Formats: sequence, structure tokens, C-alpha cells
Amino acid sequence: MEANLAHPLPHEQHAAPAGLWRWLASTNHKDIGTLYFWFAATMFLIGGLMAMLIRAELFQPGLQLVQPEVFNQLTTLHGLIMIFGVIMPAFTGFANWQVPLMIGAPDMAFPRMNNWSFWLLPVAGVFLVGSLFLPGGAVAGGWTMYPPLFMQGGISYDLTIFAIHLMGASSIMGSINIATTILNMRAPGMALMKMPLFVWTWLITAFLLIAVMPVLAGAVTMLLTDRNFGTHFFDAAGGGDPVMFQHVFWFFGHPEVYILILPAFGIISSVITTFSRKPLFGYASMVYATASIAILSFLVWGHHMFTVGMPAAAQLFFMYATLLVAVPTGVKVFNWVATMWRGSLTFETPMLFAVAFVCLFTIGGFSGLVLAMVPVDIQLQDTYYVVAHFHYVLVTGALFSIYAGLYYWLPKWTGHRVNETWGRWHFWLSAVSVNVLFFPMHFLGLAGMPRRIPDYALQFADFNRVASLGGFVFGASQILLLIVILKCIRGGEKAEARAWEGAEGLEWTVPSPAPYHTFTEPPEVK
Amino acid sequence: MNTTGNRRTSLRLTLLSAAMFAFGFALVPLYDVFCDLTGLNRDAAQALANNTQVDASRRVRIELVANVQDGALWRFAAPSLPVDVHPGELVQVEYELENLSDRPLIGRAVPSYAPLAAAAHFKKIDCFCFREQRLAPHETVRLPVLFVLDRGVARDMKVVTLSYTFFALGKRT
Amino acid sequence: MRLGRQVPLMAGWVQPVAADWALNLPAPKSDIAARIYDIHTLILLICLGIFVVVFGVMFYALFKHRKSVGHQAQHFHEHTSVEVIWTVIPLLILVAMAWPATRAVLDQKDTANPDLSIKVTGYQWKWEYDYLQGGVKFISASSTPADQIANQAAKGAHYLLEVDEPMVVPVGKKVRILLTSHDVIHAWWVPELGVKQDAIPGFIRDTWFRANEIGTYRGQCAELCGRGHAFMPIVVVVKSEADYQAWLAAKQAGKQAKAVAAVAAAAKSFGPAELKARGEKVYAAHCVACHQADGKGVPGAFPALAGSRMVNGPAAAHIDRVLHGKDGSAMTAFQEQLDDADLAAVITWERMAWGNTGSPVQPADVKVLRK
Repeated sequence: MEANLAHPLPHEQHAAPAGLWRWLASTNHKDIGTLYFWFAATMFLIGGLMAMLIRAELFQPGLQLVQPEVFNQLTTLHGLIMIFGVIMPAFTGFANWQVPLMIGAPDMAFPRMNNWSFWLLPVAGVFLVGSLFLPGGAVAGGWTMYPPLFMQGGISYDLTIFAIHLMGASSIMGSINIATTILNMRAPGMALMKMPLFVWTWLITAFLLIAVMPVLAGAVTMLLTDRNFGTHFFDAAGGGDPVMFQHVFWFFGHPEVYILILPAFGIISSVITTFSRKPLFGYASMVYATASIAILSFLVWGHHMFTVGMPAAAQLFFMYATLLVAVPTGVKVFNWVATMWRGSLTFETPMLFAVAFVCLFTIGGFSGLVLAMVPVDIQLQDTYYVVAHFHYVLVTGALFSIYAGLYYWLPKWTGHRVNETWGRWHFWLSAVSVNVLFFPMHFLGLAGMPRRIPDYALQFADFNRVASLGGFVFGASQILLLIVILKCIRGGEKAEARAWEGAEGLEWTVPSPAPYHTFTEPPEVK
Repeated sequence: MNTTGNRRTSLRLTLLSAAMFAFGFALVPLYDVFCDLTGLNRDAAQALANNTQVDASRRVRIELVANVQDGALWRFAAPSLPVDVHPGELVQVEYELENLSDRPLIGRAVPSYAPLAAAAHFKKIDCFCFREQRLAPHETVRLPVLFVLDRGVARDMKVVTLSYTFFALGKRT
Repeated sequence: MRLGRQVPLMAGWVQPVAADWALNLPAPKSDIAARIYDIHTLILLICLGIFVVVFGVMFYALFKHRKSVGHQAQHFHEHTSVEVIWTVIPLLILVAMAWPATRAVLDQKDTANPDLSIKVTGYQWKWEYDYLQGGVKFISASSTPADQIANQAAKGAHYLLEVDEPMVVPVGKKVRILLTSHDVIHAWWVPELGVKQDAIPGFIRDTWFRANEIGTYRGQCAELCGRGHAFMPIVVVVKSEADYQAWLAAKQAGKQAKAVAAVAAAAKSFGPAELKARGEKVYAAHCVACHQADGKGVPGAFPALAGSRMVNGPAAAHIDRVLHGKDGSAMTAFQEQLDDADLAAVITWERMAWGNTGSPVQPADVKVLRK
């Protein structure tokens, strides 16, 4: 990307930026998209290294590498980093690059706020990772931060709360930007029901973020004041209730997981339609299904708390509501399969990841269905079954969709085709090892292994060993992706404007690589 | 680029975000309202039981439990045996609290009920819950609870647990 | 950040692990656990069926509708009746799933008419069981030796799932569990009995189980509660009614005997060697998790006892700390859990081990500082 955009076209109003200042001060959606991706990649390496340490400790029973309190820091930071430092920024990178291009807008509605939204993140990242070296170590109460355990931590806990505020502000500002752009800056003729599904999914995600990130901000502020300023929100001694935190947190937390997957649905829809050479099946239902998932997501938070002692009526309500969300989600899966049906399919790397997504994300969906059943959840809550579930939807789901999107749009961004051979190696190594890593965790949870433990009873040893081996291969395979991306940036076969046969959409009407400024005049949309 | 339109939209979205921040905090009192409406774990207001007719046809066992968080400083004990009561019957039990330390201490007890649905039927006429207790060094006090389990309690509820957790207040040494 | 001791991986490799490869929930030992098992099987089969159908269709398309075999794309992109069908049918399937589950939820919550009630309190990092009717109360802590965890000794068959004092209940009786916590949120879970509930400080929550078979059932804490979360197991021993009554009687008698012995021991004077031997055992059971086998503690978290000023200084401050704990820290008060003789022994051990130069302590010294 840099090779072609190092000398961007001069803009009437200011001289072309260059060097470090270009990146620090950029108000260009393509540059900012690039920044988000590099940040996500860096955090991915850090969070991934933590995962490798976790799997190395869990390779055998006994404590070999780290003491339990360090292990708890690793699991907590791994979660916070992957969610807030990798998946969300990567999807925001896609939004920045693709939304203006897909709707025929010259840039985002608020280019300068766009810059601030990004630069808050590296500061937050430094706080999170740096807190490992503070007295007492980093936050270690799980990414869910439940009190009263959270009250026992040292200074890094307060720093983490601050980091979460920064990341929340970044997401809220970014979402206001994205939503305003989509609502107000579409090219004439691009009606809402004509937008690519990816734009729809980001519009709905932006609304979810605006609605729930402030609630997280409230929850962690209450933790902060309970810790430091004498309030008793979550302290029974003062008339408060530790479970109150869980309610407020999961009111944010459940929509958050849909925030982590809706853009994925959008990317996968783009990829599957292109490589099936067929329009998306049931576009309108896809839009309604996405909207219903978003609305229903506000009604199901209690399913993270089934064992907390809530009355049966509440358990039943949350169970029924959770099962209901399966319906629109199923509709989407059927629509993707119907798009492939009777298409003319080819399997370049983006399509490989998209097909794997449909299959493996569904497995994650099924384990979610199992967990939704309250009586079964009583056995499986806080076990490795839950770990299996959310890693299937987040790794083979969200992460694989990010990979699909990268392989799909890199030609547009860099002007070079991606090396298919390397891409295929990356795909097959990842797809096989990720299942070796996470599938056994279903069995571990069923057999009775709790989560967030550095050491376990002997009957869990075999599957843990298998999972760790899968984990090491999976971790190593991601180095391939880095190589693929670097090679693609630096050179490769020239990519056409319409880099993929069958690709539809405004982004494929501009040259590859996309010029620094595109759609300065709105395009014609029929 | 329609800057007025953009500004208006972004203002609305910012207001939405501010409203949701306030909503997060509002959840705290809102849960109290929800619990009042459903009677869950609600400390039934200390009120005179207006129905004193005793239902002699059945008994409910009231288990009494005491928990103390700072066992070094306090001894907090429930009566050693549960009481069997008729719904509608006025009952008094006494908890015992002792300050084990050499200095005056302040503390407070927080009640809890199991099952949750029993809370709405536990009418406490006189109770020491949430009231600050100040004890001199090595002082022991008996804390009475005067209550009525009202007749509306479900027929199949045969055992109800009343639990108090006692917390020390003030600066921790 | 402090990494743990480096122990050669080879020590772990030769471990005779109890190979299990278990694929499903454990064999149920209560009716609720059996119903959970069946509901899970039902959901699993339904999901498997849907998976095979949907992905059968998809793999067929991946195979037959490839461009490379010359398949041309057909341009349809909606079909209302099909879409209605595949919305309604999943909805009906979900209703069918929810029906048996609803019944089970109501039964799991029905704590009425118990045969006995046990108050369970979660601590960092052990459980306390208080038999409300029997007047018996005791701590149940992990009994897995620290050297097994540190890979310096072969791991026992019940590694991390064994305790010093299990909960004992009679078979076939409805046991009501009243759950609370002393510090942070824990969760009490026994998979074979199908029971799990969070332990929340300041609140009491109830649940129940009825064991169908005599046996020993093991579980673990199921809510992250700090560094010892993995090391606070639960063991429930289910006995016949007669054996349970015998156990209860023995416990009550033991309580008396312990009280008597404590009084007797408190009057005795022990030699330093005897104190150290006994103290070493008490230390291994109660102190090693935080203060470590070498007495060096965990910097930033648990103070070192080796070379500590308090431990090497006047005995009164040391005794006071162990008896009464330290407010606002993780150091619990041990005055309820250990009698004067055990306390004197462990304090003596700490004062004389690891190169410490403190003096031994007698039970009478401990007794006088009790409050």
C-alpha cells in the first residue's frame, strides 16, 4: 500500500503529506484503515504469544512455566487484547477502507475525528500490555472483571479501566463517524436497500456500539469508584450487590459479541457472492435478519449468568430469548448456502476461508444452542465447553472472516494479486490446526474441566495435550499470513480494477490500487 | 458533502451515546424497582403485619444462618436450632454479636433469603438489619428479629432460610 | 512479572496419566444429572442432523456447481416460500428443544422439603461445610501435596480432586445446599450430581441434589476466584443412611474430643522437635499454597516467611498474625480452623525452618492471645 500511495495526488488545499507525519496526522480513510490493520496485527502477535504460553502451560498437568497468578494475567490480557485490540480494530479497518468505496463517498463524514479514533488505541494498548510490568502484575480477574475479585487487584486494574475508557471512546467516535457516513453520504441512487450487505452490517454494528459501549463505560466507572472513591455499587456490606455488575456488564457484553460478528457476516456475504458469480440469495431477509439479531441481542444477557441464583422465571425468559436468536442466524447460513447453490464456484483463498467460516461458525452456533439450554448450562457454565464455543465463533468465525476479507481486498488496496500458493498453505494449515486446537475443548468441558485454571486433574491430560499441539501449529501458521501480506504490499502480479471475476460493487470500478482520493465526484448508481 | 446533515446526525448519535451512559447507571435503581415489583430478595418493609390470623394447619421451618466476614474481629452467631412457625404467627429469634477486639467497633448486617421468593413473605416487624451496631471492646449484645411469615407464602414452601452476613465498617487497620 | 520455577518437562513426560479421552458428560448419579444428560443428547442429535443436512447440501454445491466442471451460474436470488419454510421449521425445532428443558429448570429450582441442609461457604481457596441440623462445621481444603503440583513427585490418581475433609451425605436424601462466600464469588459444582451454583459474598442462595448411589463424587470451583481457583476441589462422599449417621455422630464426638484435646494440649509443653514435625504437616496443609514450600512466598502477592522480620522477631506479633489474619489482605484468621497445639506447631515450624532463628512457641502462648 505504501509503495503506491507514497506519492499521492496533490490535493487542492494542502501539499501531499509524507513520512511519519502522514501517518500521525492522516485524515484519509484509506490511511486510517491501514493504521487500524497494522495495530490489530501487532496486538494479534502479542495476544497470540500469550495464547501460546497458556497452551504451553496447559500441555501437561502440573505447573511448569508460570505461577497461577501470572497465568490469570495471561488469560485476562489475552481476552482483552483479542477482543478490543484485534477483532474490533480489524473490522474498523475494513469499515474505513471499504465503506466510503462501497457507497461512492469521498471519505468519512468526520475525517479528523477518524484520526483521533485510531490514535487512542495504541495508547490503550500500551497501558494494557505495559501493566504486566507494574507492581502486582497486570489485571488477572478475567476479561469479564467480576467484583469482588476485581477489588483485590493493584494499580494495573485502575489503569486497565482507563484503557477500556479510551478504547470505548475510540469505538463510539468511530461508530458515530461510520453511521453518519452511511446515512448521509451515499452516492445518489444508492438507496439503503441497494447497499452492499457489508455496509448494512457495519451500519447496524455502529448502532450497537453507540448503544452499549457507554454501558460498559458506566460499569467500569462503577468498578473504579468502588475501588477508589468509597462507593458500594457491588459491595454487599454497603448495601450493594456483586451480581449487579454482572447484569450491567453483560447488558454490554452480549451485544458486544454481535458487534464482533456482524461485520464478519458482511464480509462473508461479499466473498461468497463474488466466488459463486451469483447475487446474494435473499438480500432483504439478510438485512432483516441482521437487524433482528441486533435487537434480540439486548434481551439475552442473562444467559451468561444462569448459575448466579436468578429465579426460574428469569432463567426461562433468557433461555427462550436466546433460542430465538438462532432463527435469524440460521436464516443467514441458509442464504449463504443458497447463494452457492447452482452458482459457478471457484476456490481462491478468500472463498476457502469463507466456506470454512460458514461450516465452522455454525459449529460454534450449535454449541451456543447447547449452552442456551439452562439445565445443560448448569453443567457447562465456566467449563472448557464455553471456551470451545466462543473460540469457534470468534476464531473460525470473526478471525477467518477477517482473513477472507484481507485476501479478497488486498488486490484493491495494493494493486497486486496475492500469492495463491502461500494463501492456500496458510488456509489449510490454519483450518486443520484450529480444529485440533478447539474441538477437543468441547469434550474437556463435558468431562468436567473448569475454565481459567493453570493446572488440571489427570483425566483431562490427553485432550489438553492434543489441543496444545494444535495451538502451536495454528500459532506458527499465522506467520504465513504476515509473509503473504508483506509480499503482496511489496509486489506481485498486477491486479485489475475488477480484481476478481464476478466481483460487483463500486470499489471494483476504481483502479487497483485505489487512488488516494476516490469518488471526489459522486458516481452514477443505477 | 452535506456538513449540516452530518452535524445533525452526529449530534443525535452523540446524544444517544450519552443517554446510554446514563442508562448504565440507571440500571442500579431500576433493578431495585424490578425487585420491588417481583418481591425477589426484597427486604419486606419493616411494617406491622396487618393479618395476624395464624394458619395453624401447617408449619414452616425457618433456618437461621449467620455469616461474618471479619471473623477475627467479631463473633456473630445464629440460634443453634431452627424454629418451626405457623404462617401468620409472630416469632422472635435472637442473634448474638460479640466484639472480639480491644477497641470499639462498628458493623452492619445484611439479610438474605433462600429461596428468593420467600423474601416477599418475610415481614419483619423489628430487625437489626442495615442498622449500625456499635460495640465496646469485648461487649456482647443480643440482636432480636421479630417477624411474621405471612399466610400468603406458598403451601409447598416448607423450609425457608433467613441469613445475615455481618460486615465491619470503617477504616481497616 | 515473575515466571515460575523451571522444571524439566521430562519429569512430566513419564507421568502415568489416567488416560480418559472422555467424550461426554460423566455418568449421572442423580435424577437431575440424568435428565441433563438426556437433554444434552437430544440437542446434540438435533444439531448433528441439521449439520448433516445443511452441509450435505453445501458440499454437494461445492462439488457439483464448480466453474471448473463447467457449471454455469443460475441467476435466482430469492424464493419466498422456501425462505418462510426455513424460518418456521427451525422455530418449531427450538420449541421442541425448549419443552423438556423447561420442566428440568423448574425442578432444579425446587428446593422445598429437603431432608437436610448444609451451608457451604466459599473461601479463597477452600470450602467450609456447616451442617445446620447436626451442629458440625469444618473446612474442606485440597490435600494434593505441593510437590506433586511442582512436578517433583508423581501425581496421585485424584490429583487436584482430593480434600482433607469431604462433605458426607446420606444416599437418596434431598440435600439442600445454602451457598455463600466469605470473600469473592466462587461456585460449587459436582458434575456427577448435576449441581452448580455461584457463592456470592453477603448473599445466601440455595440449590439441592439427591444422590442415587453410594460413592465418592468430585467437583471443582467453577468461578475464577484468584490464584487458587484451580486448587479448591469439592468431594462429596455419599453413604448409606446408617453410615452417614455414624459419621455425623463421630464428627460430633470428635468435635467434643477435639475441644477436650485442645484444652489438654494447651496445657502441655512440647519439645521443639515434636513441634516442628507437627508444624511441618500443618504448614503443608494450610500455608504452602501462598507462602510456598521454601517459605519465600510470592513477591508482590504473599510475603516471604524465610528471613521475615516478624517471623524472626518477638513471638507475640507472629502469633497474633496467624490467629487473627490481616485485615484487607488475603491472610485469613486461623483461630477457628486450628487448635492451640496445631497453631503452636506451625508457628514454631515457621520460626525455625529455612534458616530462621526464631524461638519455639507453646500452645499456652497461643491460647493467651486468642480473642
